Amino acid sequence: MGERLDIQKTYKLFIGGAFPRSESGRTTEVVAADGSFVANVAKASRKDLRDAVKAARGAQSDWAGRTAYNRGQILYRMAEVMEGRRSQFEVELVTCGSSAADAAAELDEAIDLWVWYAGWCDKFQQVVGTVNPVAGPFFNFTVPEPTGVVGVVAPEQPSLAGLIARLAPVLVSGNTAVVIPSEVAPLSAISLSETIATSDVPGGVINMLTGPKLDLLPWLLGHLDVNAVDLTGAPTDLDPAVLDEAVGNVKRVIRRDPADRGPYAITDFCEMKTIWHPIGR
Amino acid sequence: MTSELDPIASPSGFTPRSTGGIGLWVTPVDEVAIEARARTFTTRSIKKTSKRAALELAISCIDLTTLEGMDTPGRVSALCRKAITPDPADPSLPSTAAVCVYPSMVPSAAAFTAGSSVRVASVAGAFPSGMSSLEVRLADIRDAVAAGADEIDIVIGRGDFFTGRYGRVFDDIVAAKEACGPAHLKVILETGELGTYDQIRRASMLAMAAGADFIKTSTGKVARNATMPIALCMAEAIRDYVEQTGEIVGLKVAGGIRTAKQAWHYLVLINETLGPDWLTPDRFRIGASSLLNDALLAIRKLDTGRYSGPDYVSID
Repeated sequence: MGERLDIQKTYKLFIGGAFPRSESGRTTEVVAADGSFVANVAKASRKDLRDAVKAARGAQSDWAGRTAYNRGQILYRMAEVMEGRRSQFEVELVTCGSSAADAAAELDEAIDLWVWYAGWCDKFQQVVGTVNPVAGPFFNFTVPEPTGVVGVVAPEQPSLAGLIARLAPVLVSGNTAVVIPSEVAPLSAISLSETIATSDVPGGVINMLTGPKLDLLPWLLGHLDVNAVDLTGAPTDLDPAVLDEAVGNVKRVIRRDPADRGPYAITDFCEMKTIWHPIGR
Repeated sequence: MTSELDPIASPSGFTPRSTGGIGLWVTPVDEVAIEARARTFTTRSIKKTSKRAALELAISCIDLTTLEGMDTPGRVSALCRKAITPDPADPSLPSTAAVCVYPSMVPSAAAFTAGSSVRVASVAGAFPSGMSSLEVRLADIRDAVAAGADEIDIVIGRGDFFTGRYGRVFDDIVAAKEACGPAHLKVILETGELGTYDQIRRASMLAMAAGADFIKTSTGKVARNATMPIALCMAEAIRDYVEQTGEIVGLKVAGGIRTAKQAWHYLVLINETLGPDWLTPDRFRIGASSLLNDALLAIRKLDTGRYSGPDYVSID
């Protein structure tokens, strides 16, 4: 008997619940902290981005139409399934340069973030929604609604906890997401896609595009069917001309400290709807 | 006399009127080869300028269709406006070839398209099943033509076809053609129900020999719609028919064609099978409703360099 051959994983994109390679056929090399080769990761093109936005748009009304309670259940399920695979995530974080202790701590935080935002699903409306006093015979109230399809540019580090810190609040209100994960450490984001695919998250709600952020950003910001973009993980010295791309459809552009948690990270991606309901007889 | 043709003894020979009684031969179809050939049409690299020309051509070949039980004159009016001016922001885009509606909507469609190049096509003849007596089907056709339809889409009797009563299917189409008068006749084969490419080819030959101006793949009302191999099979039948008789017949693909990409795949198929002469609305049609919006979005992408979305075109 010879020695058993290694089975290497092909790190692919995640679009509409499926794992396609990039339509361009291109890949990028991911190297470990010591410079050694780790894996070839699919390099998403603008057409992959177009497909991902289409998938996200297709999934949005169903995701927003579910009960807040059900969305909470599904986000909690993400935590459960990640917990069962934490050793794989830890190995990948260590491969990309974390110490074992840091990786374990990051996993704790990443999983807890799902639980934290799962809880917010059916509660944030009560915190940010209002009943407004008006000078007339109307019951006037304001409720948050999801803005639609959101592009999430995840922070480079921490690659896993940072991504979830930005992705989870987008999902809470019923948005769907196109995520561009960390370029230097994309492995755990791809494994996260596998977790998403097995956690009752409907196909298309989360789409993951590994690739150079600067290649994809102009297309994401210029895409008229994307309602908001989270640039938390984008370079701070982004060319203003690229940012101007977002103006075309009055896209909401958000940048936040990845450590920010809470209802305002959720309402960043909400539209507030005010209803005037006649009362009296 | 065509009905004297013994349907069982000569299942593959049909006699077009124009050849004075000389039969047509229906060649068998190689299933593996036709599917392989059809796949090659989807792999052409089309450059930007050609893409735009192809999209405009595709739009000009569309039969913009609404065949819903809930159609109203209001909906048909919106459809007609869209057919005449697909994109109000870009009046340079061509109108679609026609609008395709149920017979009861023909008067509305005729009124709303009056003065434009858009023709009115009506399904008729107990669409989509064709399961009524010949008298009823012919009355349906005459009714639609009288109401102002320029083109009539009928479906062949699959029941007769499957039981080998080719003569009756043939005669029914001949009668329908007469009932159409000046209107063009498109004959739907409902290929999704015919089962094999040989049957599709045979039905194509039969419909053309009986006088169809167009042969059309599907009603859009059954699960299996137009596919590339089916369209190729019918295009090859047309090519054969033209070679044998010299008569020009058009092809209409319908059902399931929703994206701009699919549309130019079909254009490539037509160009490489029947030649550029067929790349006109007189000889090629696409029956579709959501395709137009996707084509408009694709054109906008070419013009602005930005991807667009369904929020930026009218709702069908």
